[in-house]
Amino acid sequence: MNAILQSIAERQLKADVPQLAPGDTVKVHAKVVEGSRERIQVFEGTVMRLRGGGSATNFTVRRIAHGIGVERTFLLHSPRLDKIEVIRHGRVRRAQLYYLRGRVGKSAKIKERRLA
Amino acid sequence: MTATLTEGILGRKLGMSQIFEEGGLVRAVTAIQAGPCTVTQVKTPDQDGYSAIQIGFDEARKLNKPEAGHLKEMPMLRHLREVRLSSTDAYKPGQQIDASLFEVGELVDVVGTSKGKGYAGGVKRHHFRGGPKTHGQSDRYRAPGSIGATTTPGRVYKGQRMAGHLGDVRVTVQNLKVVEVDAERNLLLVEGAVPGANNALIFVRKAVKAAGRKKKG
Repeated sequence: MNAILQSIAERQLKADVPQLAPGDTVKVHAKVVEGSRERIQVFEGTVMRLRGGGSATNFTVRRIAHGIGVERTFLLHSPRLDKIEVIRHGRVRRAQLYYLRGRVGKSAKIKERRLA
Repeated sequence: MTATLTEGILGRKLGMSQIFEEGGLVRAVTAIQAGPCTVTQVKTPDQDGYSAIQIGFDEARKLNKPEAGHLKEMPMLRHLREVRLSSTDAYKPGQQIDASLFEVGELVDVVGTSKGKGYAGGVKRHHFRGGPKTHGQSDRYRAPGSIGATTTPGRVYKGQRMAGHLGDVRVTVQNLKVVEVDAERNLLLVEGAVPGANNALIFVRKAVKAAGRKKKG
C-alpha cells in the first residue's frame, strides 16, 4: 500500500483496542443516542468473526437475547465504541464460527482457552 | 450560455481509504496527490484569442526537442494541461500551484480517465438484463435480445446499444466534497470515488456547478 494511504489509515486506529479472536466472550460498550441523550449500551456475546484489516477491521458478536439469536457487527476502531472488554478466551478451530447459528444451549458452548 | 470557468490543478489518484468523521460516521475517501503544478504558459485574449493558463505536473525523465523548447528554463514536466480561466491576472509563468488552492468543505470536480474494460458485452456495457438461465435456453444467458424490427425499416438504427469497447474514456465526477487539505504533502482527501486507476493522472478543479452558488457554511 502507498505510504500516504497507510498514514491516513493509521491515523484512524485506536491505541487501546484489545487483541480479539474468534470464540472470545466480550463485553462491547457502545455509545447509543436516545433522543438527545447519549448513553453507553453493553452488548455481551461471543466473537463470531473478524474481518478486514487496518482501520476497516470489524467484528461480529453473537448472543442469545430473550431466546433469539442476535448478531451485531462493530468497527474495531470506531469512536462510537467506548471500550471492549475480553471476558474469556475460547478454544475454537475455525476463523468464522457460523456453526453457532444453528445451535443453542450446550451445543453452542465454547471451551475456555486458558493462557499459559 | 458561456461555460463557468474555475481554477484547477493536476494530480495523481493515490487510492481509497476510509476515515471516521466526528460523530463516528465512516466516510469513504479518495486520496489525491494534488500538485505541485508549475504555470508554464499564460494565454491572453490579445495574444491567443482566449484566456487560459497551461500547467505542468510531475517530473519527466526526458523531453523531446519541441517539449524542451517550449519549457525552456522551466523544470522538466511530464504532463501539461490547459486550464481556461476568465482572467489570468493572478498567474505568471513559473508560478507554483499546490493543494492549498482548495479548502476543506469546498466542492470539487474531478476529471480522469476511467479504467479500460476492453471489448465488453451488452450486459456489462449497457446493463442489459441478459436472457433466461433456465427453461431450455441455450446460449441466451448474456445475449442482447432483439436489435430491431423486420422489413420496415430493414436496417438497424444508428446508436443501437451493442457490445463494444468499454471504459478508458474521459469521465468527470462533479461536486465531491473536500474532506482534508494537506498543503505540506500536497495531499487532498475527497469524499467518494474518483475515476481511473490508482496512480492515474487526474485533474481537480473547483466545482463548476457550485461556483455560481453562494458557499454554504
